[in-house]
Amino acid sequence: MSKDRVQITEEATSEPRPLLELRDLAITFDTSSGEVPAVRNANLTIMPGETVAIVGESGSGKSTTALAAIGLLPENGRVSGGRILFDGEDLTKADSKRIIELRGRSIGMVPQDPMSNLNPVWKIGYQVRETLRANNLARKDVDVQVAEVLADAGLPDAAQRAKQYPHEFSGGMRQRALIAIGLSCSPRLLIADEPTSALDVTVQRQILDHLATMTADLGTAVLLITHDLGLAAERAEKVVVMYKGRVVESGPALEILRNPQHPYTQRLVASAPSLASQRIKSAKSAGVKSADILTPESGATKAKSDDVIEVKNLTKVYKLRGGKGAGADFKAVDDVSFNIKRGTTLAVVGESGSGKSTVAKMVLNLEKPTGGNIIFDGIDLTALDKKALFNFRRRVQPIFQDPYGSLDPMYNIYRTIEEPLRVHGIGDKKSREAKVRELLDQVALPASSMRRFPNELSGGQRQRVAVARALALDPEIVICDEAVSALDVLVQAQILNLLADLQAELGLTYLFITHDLAVVRQIADHVCVMEKGKVVEAGTTDQVFNAPAEAYTRALLDAIPGSRLELRPEVA
Amino acid sequence: MPENSPLRDTQSLRALPKMEHFVADIEQTPLQATDSLNEQAAPLSMWAEAWKNLRRQPLFIISALLILLALVVAFFPGLFVQVSPTQCDLINSNAGPSGGHPLGFTLQGCDVYARVIQGTQASLAVGVFSTIGVVIIGGILGAVAGYYGGWIDAVLARLADIFFALPLILGAIVINSLPYVREHRSVWTVVATLVVLGWPQIARITRGAVIEVRNADFVVAAKSLGVSRVKALITHVIPNSLSPVIVIATVSLGIFIVAEATMSFLGIGLPGSVMSWGNDIASAQTSLRDNPTTLLWPALALSITVLSFIMLGDAVRDALDPKARKR
Repeated sequence: MSKDRVQITEEATSEPRPLLELRDLAITFDTSSGEVPAVRNANLTIMPGETVAIVGESGSGKSTTALAAIGLLPENGRVSGGRILFDGEDLTKADSKRIIELRGRSIGMVPQDPMSNLNPVWKIGYQVRETLRANNLARKDVDVQVAEVLADAGLPDAAQRAKQYPHEFSGGMRQRALIAIGLSCSPRLLIADEPTSALDVTVQRQILDHLATMTADLGTAVLLITHDLGLAAERAEKVVVMYKGRVVESGPALEILRNPQHPYTQRLVASAPSLASQRIKSAKSAGVKSADILTPESGATKAKSDDVIEVKNLTKVYKLRGGKGAGADFKAVDDVSFNIKRGTTLAVVGESGSGKSTVAKMVLNLEKPTGGNIIFDGIDLTALDKKALFNFRRRVQPIFQDPYGSLDPMYNIYRTIEEPLRVHGIGDKKSREAKVRELLDQVALPASSMRRFPNELSGGQRQRVAVARALALDPEIVICDEAVSALDVLVQAQILNLLADLQAELGLTYLFITHDLAVVRQIADHVCVMEKGKVVEAGTTDQVFNAPAEAYTRALLDAIPGSRLELRPEVA
Repeated sequence: MPENSPLRDTQSLRALPKMEHFVADIEQTPLQATDSLNEQAAPLSMWAEAWKNLRRQPLFIISALLILLALVVAFFPGLFVQVSPTQCDLINSNAGPSGGHPLGFTLQGCDVYARVIQGTQASLAVGVFSTIGVVIIGGILGAVAGYYGGWIDAVLARLADIFFALPLILGAIVINSLPYVREHRSVWTVVATLVVLGWPQIARITRGAVIEVRNADFVVAAKSLGVSRVKALITHVIPNSLSPVIVIATVSLGIFIVAEATMSFLGIGLPGSVMSWGNDIASAQTSLRDNPTTLLWPALALSITVLSFIMLGDAVRDALDPKARKR
């Protein structure tokens, strides 16, 4: 009710009319189990030239809402109520011909996954030209025009690049090509659906910066869809928060960030990694009792003498199969050295291709180093016999990135967590079951989930099962290879808290591999920044974050979305 | 008209403090615990879920009932026919249906109905045992080739190619002209022939499925738990590569039954003393013009059985691979 009144007053006072307006939009999906409402009562207004962000977790209906505006709902989805007004025209009543007319020319789209959204059999230039032709905007010298469009999107050497195929492009370049296609017809509204979530932070920043300048020059309004509140607040004037298919809060970006009203938004603000400014203090270690016995200071001094892992001059060379002759060598890891103290977390940070995952694999002894040593608790890993290796496996455990790939779909949760115990012949059936119950309790999963299968769990729950499996053998070191990168912010915060609690409780040592510096600040004590196989900077987290010595580190830090936002201290 | 966007207004608009801070009614959107687990539904493994999908499909129900019927006929032919199929009386040569002999008689005066019922056993036995043999041999060789890769893969793949290149009938003729096989023709020689010529297909499917799974994170996780390479293959990789193998095996069971009939028809399959649909079709050939029904009934039994296995394979694929499912 009050909402309607607000809109009327808005229309009465401000002269220009909104470019896109969603009023009480409802979207329903027909599935085999009946009608499922995906979006309910969604309201949204975009003024010309404005950037509006929709924020929400996966499944919140944010993409569905945006796709409805461009008439691209999946076949089993339909607008079941409300109106979509584009420049005053109701698109829910428009026929498909009119919508096709609007697409590209008036409403452009930048899709999420740059890897699958370019047709691999056509040259980039052809795909841009196709868009221009479809909208009757192609000039006579269309090749020049295509090169201009690509150059505008920030592709160097555009005329040459237009003759290449998508597989010759990196992820960032493909995303630029997609932006070029989206903006080639100078639309009045651009829908960007998680345009950079598949990219490294530094590339993400470049692309978003570029997108911002381009849309400002063209006067294009942008509807940005993202799960990262920090990114949304940094890039958009207005933020719309969606939760379970409903808009729970909307308003000016900074206002929402500083003064979130709805409990869900409050939760989002509290757990956005880009906005957190310090390491998670485990609730348990902060408790009175443990604080009396072991203050962080005394723990650190005690641990100082005890390097549980020492990596010295580690090198890994891959032989690339060249076209001719012996082929070239590729140094994935080049002379890397670091130590990890017992009970602390070392984060290895870098962009994709920096060799950080290869380091993790070598520390796990899944890959043999070409040179250098890894010394684990006084034992040199490069010279282990079979039995020693088996014992080593018990003390070092991994957690992987993809929660959908790291659990055997055929094993139920009980078997998954029990497997390490069985392999190492620990306990009998009864004691193993008790241990599995204890582990599930530690990762905050109900014991009733024991008989469930991975396909019934969400990504975050699977990742908790993976944590439980890694802890089954009471390891000393857990190696987290991008363990939270595939998760939504809220779930990510939950897993990070869990890891911090477990560290305090069990005295675990973490080697944390990630590309996300925002996460590093929350979990790590020490940081090692890698670039092209080399360690460019190493130090404590505070040192690296407060006084980065290297330009590369500064670029990485700068690229954290939301890092430039100023919040009042009590919110953060 | 709508192409002239009010470019100049954007700057002033941005400065407008008109944005309303909207907060939804909290009662309308109750906040749930982050990532809570649905504890109501019963746990479902992939197989249980496939079974749940499967048992609602008419294609599956029809084919499963037909196969069940064929199995009952094969194991308990006495339930369906009391007349001996081998007591033939030339008086009845090519006679039409009569009391107790619903499908009439063959040229030799044998009861067609009795022969069709009794022939089921041999045909199904060839199909089932050939499939089992092919899955064991092809499955093991394919899994080893895919899992270990390298020279093992290269050798096994070329070996499979050689067998793949042999036409089935030609290969069967060659194998059956070997003196030992010629003298000991039985269900088992036919099964052996089909296994020798048929394993590469299953090997290829298994190899592909294993390659897809062998680098999955859960296999790496198992290895870093201390599971040995062979054990990881048996406990994690093979169970996860089974579904395409099951689909292909179901379809090829039907195809092996056809192959047996073809071989028997050409005289290189089961010996004439073993009753089978293929043999019956072959002997009915001579009286095709006078009494075509003697050919029709065994051929019909063969077609329906084979069709049921192929339909079952289709239904199983739909259940095991939701990606291939029609919408």
